[in-house]
Amino acid sequence: MNRGMGLAMMRNLVQRLIAPIDPPLMLIAGMLLLLAIGVMGSASPERLNAQLLNVVAALVVMRILAQLPPQRLMHMAVPVYLVGILLLIAVAVFGDVSKGARRWLNLGFMRAQPSELMKIAVPLLLAWFFQKREAMPRLRDYGIAVVLLLLPIVLIARQPDLGTAILVLAAGFYVIFFAGLSWKIMVGMAVSALAAAPLAWNLLHDYQRSRIITLFDPESDPLGKGFHIIQSTIAIGSGGIFGKGWRMGTQAQLEFIPERHTDFIFAVFSEEFGLFGNLLLLTLYTLLIGRGLMIAANAPTLFSRLLAGAVTMIFFTYAFVNMGMVSGILPVVGVPLPLISYGGTALVTLFVGIGILMSIHGHRMLVQK
Amino acid sequence: MEFKNPQEELERFRSRLAVAGGFVLFCFTLLFVRFVWLQIIQHDYYQTRAEDNRISLVPIVPNRGLILDRNGVVLARNYSAYTLEITPSKTSDLEQIIDGLAGIIDIQVKDRKRFKKLLEESRNFESLPIRTRLTDEEVAKFIAHRYRFPGVDIKARLFRQYPGGAFASHLLGYIGRVTDRDLEKIEEKEQEANYRGTEHFGKTGLEQHYEFDLHGNTGFEQVEVDAGGRAVRTLSRTAPLAGNNLTLTIDAELQRIAEQAFGDRKGALVAIEPATGGILALVAMPNYDPNLFVDGIDTQNWKELNESPDKPMVNRALNGTYPPGSTFKPFMALGALTIGKRRPEQLIFDPGFYSFGGHNFRDDKKGGHGMVDMYKSIVQSCDTYYYMLANDMGIDNISSFMGQLGLGQRTGIDIDGESEGVLPSQEWKRKHFKKPEQQKWYAGETISIGIGQGYNAYTPIQLAQATAIVANNGVLFRPHLVNFITDTRTGKRTPIEPQPARNLGLKPEHIEVIRNAMVGVNKEGTGARAFAGAEYVSAGKTGTAQVYSLKGSDYKAGGVKKELRDHALFIAFAPADKPTIALAVLVENGGFGAQAAAPIVRQVLDYYLLGKRPNAPAPADEAAVEEDDE
Repeated sequence: MNRGMGLAMMRNLVQRLIAPIDPPLMLIAGMLLLLAIGVMGSASPERLNAQLLNVVAALVVMRILAQLPPQRLMHMAVPVYLVGILLLIAVAVFGDVSKGARRWLNLGFMRAQPSELMKIAVPLLLAWFFQKREAMPRLRDYGIAVVLLLLPIVLIARQPDLGTAILVLAAGFYVIFFAGLSWKIMVGMAVSALAAAPLAWNLLHDYQRSRIITLFDPESDPLGKGFHIIQSTIAIGSGGIFGKGWRMGTQAQLEFIPERHTDFIFAVFSEEFGLFGNLLLLTLYTLLIGRGLMIAANAPTLFSRLLAGAVTMIFFTYAFVNMGMVSGILPVVGVPLPLISYGGTALVTLFVGIGILMSIHGHRMLVQK
Repeated sequence: MEFKNPQEELERFRSRLAVAGGFVLFCFTLLFVRFVWLQIIQHDYYQTRAEDNRISLVPIVPNRGLILDRNGVVLARNYSAYTLEITPSKTSDLEQIIDGLAGIIDIQVKDRKRFKKLLEESRNFESLPIRTRLTDEEVAKFIAHRYRFPGVDIKARLFRQYPGGAFASHLLGYIGRVTDRDLEKIEEKEQEANYRGTEHFGKTGLEQHYEFDLHGNTGFEQVEVDAGGRAVRTLSRTAPLAGNNLTLTIDAELQRIAEQAFGDRKGALVAIEPATGGILALVAMPNYDPNLFVDGIDTQNWKELNESPDKPMVNRALNGTYPPGSTFKPFMALGALTIGKRRPEQLIFDPGFYSFGGHNFRDDKKGGHGMVDMYKSIVQSCDTYYYMLANDMGIDNISSFMGQLGLGQRTGIDIDGESEGVLPSQEWKRKHFKKPEQQKWYAGETISIGIGQGYNAYTPIQLAQATAIVANNGVLFRPHLVNFITDTRTGKRTPIEPQPARNLGLKPEHIEVIRNAMVGVNKEGTGARAFAGAEYVSAGKTGTAQVYSLKGSDYKAGGVKKELRDHALFIAFAPADKPTIALAVLVENGGFGAQAAAPIVRQVLDYYLLGKRPNAPAPADEAAVEEDDE
């Protein structure tokens, strides 16, 4: 075999491999991943290798999805949703309990967390649903969409897994919002939800109420979740403008920050890189979301528009809820910092989202033709 | 709108995207404002909190000062040992944890009992020792299993040790764990900061009285700690300053000989250097091992010490009050000379009793001592002489003179909780009794006061002090145990009692009469047998304090139960012309003073003056009973 031909084949192979990948998205995600590796090296160096493996797996998944045409995704919407619902029911019946919550399903060879699947499955199904009703979405259709959305959320909230339930709810809501639900109805629903809150409050048990109080006022539980928030705000505040430097954060290195490689990794980042680091992170997320919204704006079909818009906004929800929680302006719910927190499941979910965006963007011309 | 315009549809979608994008920017701006607030505006506050988190001030407990005898013999010292400690507030199931620990380290029933007692007394955030004095092997074993026992840790601690065991325990006292009452004292002295980290506090004896001298200054270490409170590294260190050493006036060897002289008898001995008031020996028997209290005493030992009928925890030298018996007579005679009620050569006739108010007060010697002057009254211990004298002096004269000698008053020795005793007087009776008919003083009551019986009740240290005043020609020095306190840092010595407390202004010729008579006691009187062959001239006086009141029958020692037998007393000083030691001895239920108390004094004086060591406890001189009447 001639050497030039070999090189050409190699080049060809690489080109085919990277062809479906959207360079701007990949660039932004790549920079976030670099930050992630850096923080992980400080927060939990012993987990760095495991996280690198997770990254590789997530990138593979992304690459596969990026190549799938959106039509294939559409065909998968209903089965994936149904499987997800069945799995959630299975969890409720046979699930493993871990840290007081029934979230995991033991499949023998691995443990799966079906609620994670719903973060993608729900917007996928709702986008499919509105595509089917494209001709004229009536109020009744929105009603059906809300039911399709609430079914998995009830199952997830029961586990209980408030963080995931909120993310799934948000994902589904974005689809309905982008599908054009009228402002009047949205405002009306918001008002009636607020009006119903005192009623619901009266129906709760005392322990449930106290749990909700802790959610919004962590200082009322200074040794439990309150301790986490107090320590993470100290970490952020003491970081100052330029931060204490990589691996120099006392709050992080002396283990005052709880869950410092997962949900609270932002506190580690913020303590060590300061306000400038935070600004960089916010910028990267803004660019990522901007690119996603751009892809949505240019998507050819209703399905792909809705899906792209919702998937993009999932990133926003993750980022905002996590940073808001760690910096003490939002209640504590278990939501990781997208692309930065340790953990394979969330990372794969997020790269599924990126893969979908790439697929929609890469196939926009084909559909129009 | 039954039919949709795709272009319009797209426009609407894009406007919704714009709304979403605006929302994203709004939320991110909100976050950014929050970061500015935390990281710029509130930065200093959070910086301080992070430092507070990270830096912990760890107190370093100073070495407690040593207690030494006058020759530098160590009576209380410290040693370092590893202890296994549990912080109850950090553990869930104590029993289970202790059972688990017992699986790897030897934990005995008494350790558990002691721990239980500590737990009841403690403030529950403290860590409490379950085992002390771990071997290196035990330390290694525990460290390997530490992860199984949250809230359990190994600590290196300094322990107090009293190398002599029970020796001198009543004067040394002991330390124990800090209680709420001790905390109040610490707060009173505004020593809270200095006692951070201190776990022990003087409970009795010198350890208690000189607590704030012995304690020293706590040092501090700035330590970087992690969230679990584990020290990561030391940032700075202020060394602790060891407590001051106490050098006592006690002569440890004399103390030992005096204690041994008691054998298994109960009682007390106080020996004072008359010229200074320095206490040479302070014995209270039985005693106890103060080492038991250092780690926290276990319930069984505590019960034994407290419930023993011998009451080993009572410091008889300071808290036992006894009628002085005939040891009171030299003081009566001195009082009579001082106020002019008797001249030394003045004779009285003793028919064997003294009649007053239709009642005969008997003399011990049947048929009486005949013609008696002051010398003979002391040497032969003639009761009739003192019945008569007491009546002539009157109770108020007696109590005022005895008060000057310090009887019935706290001596002010440097140990807390000294008893006052009873110096009978009209006023005392008025205050002491409630019913009006009991508040009146009857002249008949004065009679038996004269021979040291009746309401008289003094502590052995008061008797020793009164004896020392006589030996020191009427000059009183406050009795004290500590000679000087040595500042560990500067080496500067602070003497405790350099000045005479008061001069009674007694006439030397009066003292001379008493001294002569007391020399006579040991030469030809009731102390002669005990001091036969002594190579020095000593002055003494025997005494017997009634425990059992004779109802008209003769007292026969053998016929009375041991605990009802009389207490034996002896006061003495020597050498008679230039006394270097004055002492009082009491042997509970010892019978006659000459029988039980005098031989102890002989051994003590033989050692102190001649350096002679006895080879057995002072034997009771049974023969003394019959011959030497009192």
